[in-house]
Amino acid sequence: MADYREMWKELGMDVETHDDLCAVLPQAIGDVFLSQKNRPEKMDYFDFVIAEVHGVRPAELKKFREEGGKVFGTFCTYVPDEIIFAAGGISTGLCAGSQFWVPGGEQVLPPNVCPLIKASVGARLTRTCPFFRLADIYIGETTCDGKKKAYEILGEDVPMYIMDLPQMKRPEDVDKWAGEIKKLLVKAEEVTGNKVTVAALKENIHMINEKRKALMRLYKLRQNPVVPISGTDVLLISQIAYYDDPTRFTQKVNELCDELDERVANGVSVVPEGNKRILVSGTPMAVPNWKMHNIIETSGATVVCEETCTGTRYFENLVDESGETLDELIHALAERYMKINCACFTPNSGRIDDIRRLAKDYKADGIIDIHLKFCTTYDVEEYFVEREMKKDGTPFLEIETDYTDSDTQQLKTRVEAFIEMLS
Amino acid sequence: MYYIGIDIGSTASKVCVLPPEDGKPEEIMRCEVLPTGWSSKVTSASIKEKLEPYLNSDEGSKTVATGYGRISVDYADKVITEISCHARGGYELAGQNCSVIDIGGQDTKFISVRNGKAIDFLMNDKCAAGTGKFIEVMANRLGVDIADMFALAQEGHDNGSPVSISSLCTVFAESEVINYMGEGKDKEDLAAGIIQSVALKVATLVQRRELQDYVILTGGLSQSRFLASLLSNELNAEVHPMDNGRFAGALGAALLAKEKL
Ligand code: SF4
Ligand code: SF4
Repeated sequence: MADYREMWKELGMDVETHDDLCAVLPQAIGDVFLSQKNRPEKMDYFDFVIAEVHGVRPAELKKFREEGGKVFGTFCTYVPDEIIFAAGGISTGLCAGSQFWVPGGEQVLPPNVCPLIKASVGARLTRTCPFFRLADIYIGETTCDGKKKAYEILGEDVPMYIMDLPQMKRPEDVDKWAGEIKKLLVKAEEVTGNKVTVAALKENIHMINEKRKALMRLYKLRQNPVVPISGTDVLLISQIAYYDDPTRFTQKVNELCDELDERVANGVSVVPEGNKRILVSGTPMAVPNWKMHNIIETSGATVVCEETCTGTRYFENLVDESGETLDELIHALAERYMKINCACFTPNSGRIDDIRRLAKDYKADGIIDIHLKFCTTYDVEEYFVEREMKKDGTPFLEIETDYTDSDTQQLKTRVEAFIEMLS
Repeated sequence: MYYIGIDIGSTASKVCVLPPEDGKPEEIMRCEVLPTGWSSKVTSASIKEKLEPYLNSDEGSKTVATGYGRISVDYADKVITEISCHARGGYELAGQNCSVIDIGGQDTKFISVRNGKAIDFLMNDKCAAGTGKFIEVMANRLGVDIADMFALAQEGHDNGSPVSISSLCTVFAESEVINYMGEGKDKEDLAAGIIQSVALKVATLVQRRELQDYVILTGGLSQSRFLASLLSNELNAEVHPMDNGRFAGALGAALLAKEKL
């Protein structure tokens, strides 16, 4: 990473501790990404963004704030970015995916909380992530119990606004979510000092829809028998989607897709023929959590789709852009977001349908359902996922893991055995 | 052609050589066990020395390595996971489709086997309870070796007075055992309780899956009739002990060397 120490100091970061993180990142990027063979050239943008993760985009956000802009930090795919951008703010994902931050979280959280929550709290409290410093306000949501309660702790250190997410999907729940989105709009107006107009909301709904379409295009390319891009690379792109400038991101993804179109036309694959195709399902993989993709793809299989919040749950379904009033647009947003099938809901049979459909569309040879340790919702739901996939005769492997490397060898054994089983 | 299977486990390494002529498994197996020691690299090198006659023979040889230390066998033609090897080896030992319960030194596996191939598996590798490690730790605590531990446990069981160990975690279970020792409980009864707790833990893992009609025990404890009978009780299905069960992985590896290379 280039030298951003001045900026980090200005942001009140613990620069010395942060240096330890900067020291290991290049090696990790080299091992996980650059060592892959035959990568698309247009990955260079995403490689650059990740290599400069704590520099380039934070510098943009810093400048934006110096010009009076407000940054909103979010933790869940359910929080509608459209509203924040329509109010003239910028939204950035804050979920943390490294063990580096876990001990910091453990200082205030019990040990049996999922690593994503621990790392997110740790990243804030130890002042070692610029994004967590740059957000003027965090937008939380009532999803799982761990996050809900952790937000109370974060709220003592940073302004926190909570959206009350329904836990069921009846029509009245969609209406309720529309009400919550409206409240977020009021809050966003208050924070930024800008009024959200119909035109602005329409424009930003369109902008985020374009981003979704680009990701849909990217994923669709992976349905080909020819695999034009590795799962590990796509995971990186999905992670970057949460914090990059949306318009630039869309453009870069489309440029990459142009190259991938050519690859598919010319039969250029990143993996040997006959490599097994894996659908990954489960909990989000926040940056820089590349652990399972790396294990799977260095064990002779390819990840062809992710049914996760760093995957299809992020971009499937577009928002209807036709509304002419704020209320209509907000309702359209609520309808789209309530189609995300997260295990925090009950019942959540839509997720089983999703996995079934994705397994078919992406011609998966097997499913690996991965959940973070201590994530009760996804862990319990695994029971149904496994039962239903086995009913279909789809080979299935469950993995529970965290951010440490301590289980890498065992995980490798399981994944390799699973792949041997598919052959 | 000699077919060689090398299984580098966490505590013991097993080697199996299939000579060129076909024959019955009992006749053709030349199996050997060595302690794995602190480094699987060193173990794999010393195995190589022992295997020189086969590796360098004019007949030629094909080697498959498996087990936790499989990567360190740099002279292997192929590495295959212990799941696939235990499936193949277990199938050979059982002589039919079967479920394999493998209680290893550091993990416990459950494998459903059809036609020599794993069709499903589960692994408990996060926690020492329900593995050979647990028994080893407890035997140390009681100041006996593993064989004595099983003999004592059988006695305690026959006396009908096992002390049940309620902690699921090895570390806590150890303190629990220390407490009972302090209270003056009999060694036999403690040993019986300890083996019982392993059986229970293994059964809990296995119960998440359907059993095949024939169930066998493999791994270092596979010849224990006592453990097999406790497991049979917990699972309501006959679990067959296997005298050569500890070689299931190495045998499977050797057979796969023959069939796949
Ligand atoms: S898994 Fe559920 S709670 Fe987590 S980000 Fe996704 S939608 Fe939100
Ligand atoms: S992974 Fe599970 S426990 Fe962790 S934040 Fe998401 S829903 Fe909550």
